[in-house]
Formats: sequence, structure tokens, C-alpha cells
Amino acid sequence: MSPLLTVEDLRVRFPTRTGVVEAVRGVSFTLARERLGIVGESGSGKSQTGRAIMGLTPPHAEVTAKRLAFEGIDLLSASPKRRRDLRGKRIAMILQDPKYSLNPVMSIGRQIVETLKRHEKIGRAEARERALEMLAAVQIRDASRVFDLYPHEVSGGMGQRAMIAMMLVAGPELLIADEPTSALDVTVQLEVLSILDRLVAERGMGLIFVSHDLRLVSSFCDRVLVMYAGKIVEEIAASELGKAKHPYTQGLLNCMPVIGADRHPLPVLDRKPEWAL
Amino acid sequence: MTEAVSVENLSVVFDEFKALDAVSVDVGKGESFGLVGESGSGKSTLLRAVAGLTGASKGAIRVSGREVRGTRRDKAFYRAVQMVFQDPYGSLHPRQTVDRQLMEPLAIHGIGDSERRILKALDEVGLGSSFRFRYPHQLSGGQRQRIAIARALILEPSILLLDEPTSALDASVQAEVLNLLEEVRRDRGLTFIMVSHDLGVVTHMCERLAVMQNGRVVERLTSADLVAGRIAEAYTRNLMVASKGFRREAVAQSG
Repeated sequence: MSPLLTVEDLRVRFPTRTGVVEAVRGVSFTLARERLGIVGESGSGKSQTGRAIMGLTPPHAEVTAKRLAFEGIDLLSASPKRRRDLRGKRIAMILQDPKYSLNPVMSIGRQIVETLKRHEKIGRAEARERALEMLAAVQIRDASRVFDLYPHEVSGGMGQRAMIAMMLVAGPELLIADEPTSALDVTVQLEVLSILDRLVAERGMGLIFVSHDLRLVSSFCDRVLVMYAGKIVEEIAASELGKAKHPYTQGLLNCMPVIGADRHPLPVLDRKPEWAL
Repeated sequence: MTEAVSVENLSVVFDEFKALDAVSVDVGKGESFGLVGESGSGKSTLLRAVAGLTGASKGAIRVSGREVRGTRRDKAFYRAVQMVFQDPYGSLHPRQTVDRQLMEPLAIHGIGDSERRILKALDEVGLGSSFRFRYPHQLSGGQRQRIAIARALILEPSILLLDEPTSALDASVQAEVLNLLEEVRRDRGLTFIMVSHDLGVVTHMCERLAVMQNGRVVERLTSADLVAGRIAEAYTRNLMVASKGFRREAVAQSG
């Protein structure tokens, strides 16, 4: 089976006044129709990896790779038009905070319909019908009411579900979720995750789940990449997380306070300079 | 027994909305007390009412046996009660150096010897004197939260109000800040009231906790009870399930 996505030696560099900052330093992996987690701290390059695949790296940054291909399409040499056609239609991305990533002056329904109209020849009535179906699929009960609401009129959990609806309505083959639940309440997090989980499974999408929460990612994904300072330090099957070898992975696992584990003080990461080499 | 903080039948109403509905909480001296609940449950409002940032419409708040009212408190109150906020990106002045921010509370309270105190405060939160003349944008999230903690501690308060002090931080940095907070509490015998939506953090830090929902306390229990699963309310159990993380089987049942 040929992979959905091939990433080989991906690098993202940001020129700054004080020199070039390399946020992603040679990341390679392939993705089939599976769930892949990318975990790391802030600044580890996990989000920039996702953005580079999506083509959302800021214009002043420089993206290079030996190979960055989606279903045989070379993403780096593809024309901007080709990438626009892919983005939203075949590759979609869910962002962290619905408060900031939805358009505040457009109703939720119109934002969903916009995606459809951009990528398909579709009539108004049919687009509305598809959007309502999609809202129902993310378990929004009163879909026709929510369709006309603006983002500030809904709760965070509802907004995030609307964003999932918006991203999945065109039926993408690859979904990149960048911290999709970090801005939500614990009680709502699980609901949103289970909706995401079900839709990804039903539609047979490839999923890249980016998060700093190693436990959450491992419970959701089949395979986990652990990133530190722009590099992958360990790749591990989610079921074998307990056997993680790299001290950074072990540190990330151990530093969370767990109910019932009486550990005072909590173990902290002792960052070794050689990890970043 | 003298309670450090005692809240009795406190109600806070914003226009028509009851943010707090007759809440009573007692926190003993030297105790670490947790408030848990989802957004909108009133846990932060309770903390802000104690700090005097939000006015109460009914009920009484007593701090160390003395009743405090309204949003204007005297200097002695602020010297005894300090607060650390959730977002270290928002709670520090962006155009003032660390030195200036730590000087502010000392100047307000007319405390001298600022040189030594600032260096000591920085040292206490694990940042060296090299951080003294930096601006907030030159610090990481964890370092900023340490500065916010240093600013609260520099007045040597006896009560620290913590509003989600680590939820804006990475998991690995969270552990460092939680350890720091535990250490200063042990060294100074501080009283903590800590708001969090993370049951793992609260059971780690606090001996007793109150679970809040829709402006009311729905359950009071000790961390030991929670760990052992001696839970009476369905809502608390929900929070408990949520804190265990995502499980595919659990979803299959509910779906």
C-alpha cells in the first residue's frame, strides 16, 4: 500500500535579526490511513511540521525537504493554485482555539458552506443541506439553529465541533489536528475527541494529531512521534509507550500528576544538551 | 479554631446571572484547598470575590477572623492575601522589567530593603539575578509564571490564591511550577486556595477540595476520598472519568 503522505528531511527555517532559527530540523515519516500523534513541548517544532504539510508556513520562512508528497503530488513544487485546491478539500486542519480561528463576522453555517462552494459545484440548497448534515454528524442537536449563529454566540465545545464540521464537510483524506482540545474544558474534551475519533474511523482518513499531552495522544493514536528541538527523538507504537527508551519521552510521561500516585516532588525533566544534537 | 479564610453563604450576581449561589467554604490555617469545576461553575469568581476583585451581593467573607467587604480592602489585607493568575502572558506588565514589577508591591507597602528582597525573591523561585532586568517577552511561559509567583511572595503573605496557575503551561513545565509552589508552602506555612479544572493537579496539591457546578458547591471531599473513589455525586464522577483521558471503549458504550 502506498503511503498517503511522505515526509523526508523536512526543514523549516525562520530568518530573524539575530540569525536563522531552524524550527524543524530534518523530520521524516510516512503516513498511511492511520492515526499518528506528534508530541513535544512548545517550541519543539510540532505545529510547524503540521503547518508545512498544510502549506501554512509564513511567507518569510523557508521550507525545504528531500521529499514532501501527498498521494504522489509533490507539495513543494506544486503551484499555489494546486495547493489551494488541496487545502480544505483533501487536506484539512483543525486549530486549537475556536475563539480565534473561526471568522467572527460570518455565521457558522456560512463558514461551512464556504468550504463546499470553494471546492465543489454545488447549489445553495444542497450546500445548506450538506452543512446541516455535517453539523448533525458532530452531534449538534439543533443544527438549523446553530447554522445561523455567530461564533461568539456558541460555547467553546460547540465552536470546536463546528470547526470539525467545517473541516470534514468536503471529505478530506488527511486531517491535521493541532491541539484540537487544549482550549476546552475537561468534560467537553472527551466529547469532542470521541466525535473526532468516530468520524476519522468511519471515513477512513489519515490523521495527524499534534499535542503536548503525551498520554492523551497515546490513547488516541496508533503511533506516536516524540519531537524535541525540531527533531524526532523517538517513534513508538502507542501501545508500547511504557517501553519508551528516550529519557525525554519517559520524562514527558512521568511529569503529569496522576490521581492516586503520591509523588512529592513531581519528577521534572532534566534536559540534556545532547538531546538537541 | 481560626480559619484562614471563611466564606459564608456568598452570592455574586452579574446583572441577572447568579455566578455564585450561597456558597460556603472554610479553609483552615496552613491548609491547601482546591476548587474544581468546569468553566462557568463559579470557581474563579469565588477566588476573585475573596481577593476583592469582584463585589459580593450577599454573604460574608472572613480572612483570619476579620470580616472583609466590597472591592476596597486595606493594605494589611493585601499584605496577607496575594493572588497568582492563570495566564502569565497577561498578568505581567509587558513594558516593565522584572525588577520594576517586583519593586511595585514593595513601593506600595512602603517596604524598604528592596535590593535584598528582590534578589531573594528571584532566588526563591529558582531564577538567578540575571533575570532581574529582563522584560516579560524575553522569558518563557514557565519563567513568567515564576516571576508572577515571586511578585506574590515578595510581600510575605500568609494566604495565596491560585487561579489555574499551570493550565497555560506545558506538562513538563507544569511539574516544575507545582514543585515550586509546594516547596514555598512547606517553607513558609502558607495557606493555598487553588482553582483548577485538572483533578490530577488538585489531588496532588490539595488535601481537601470542593466540586462546583452552576455557582454551587455540589460536593466536598478529601483528596484521599477522591483517590479511593468514595464519591457521592454523579458530576464529580464525570469529572473523574474525564480526567483519566480518552478511552475508545468508553466512547463505544456511550455512542
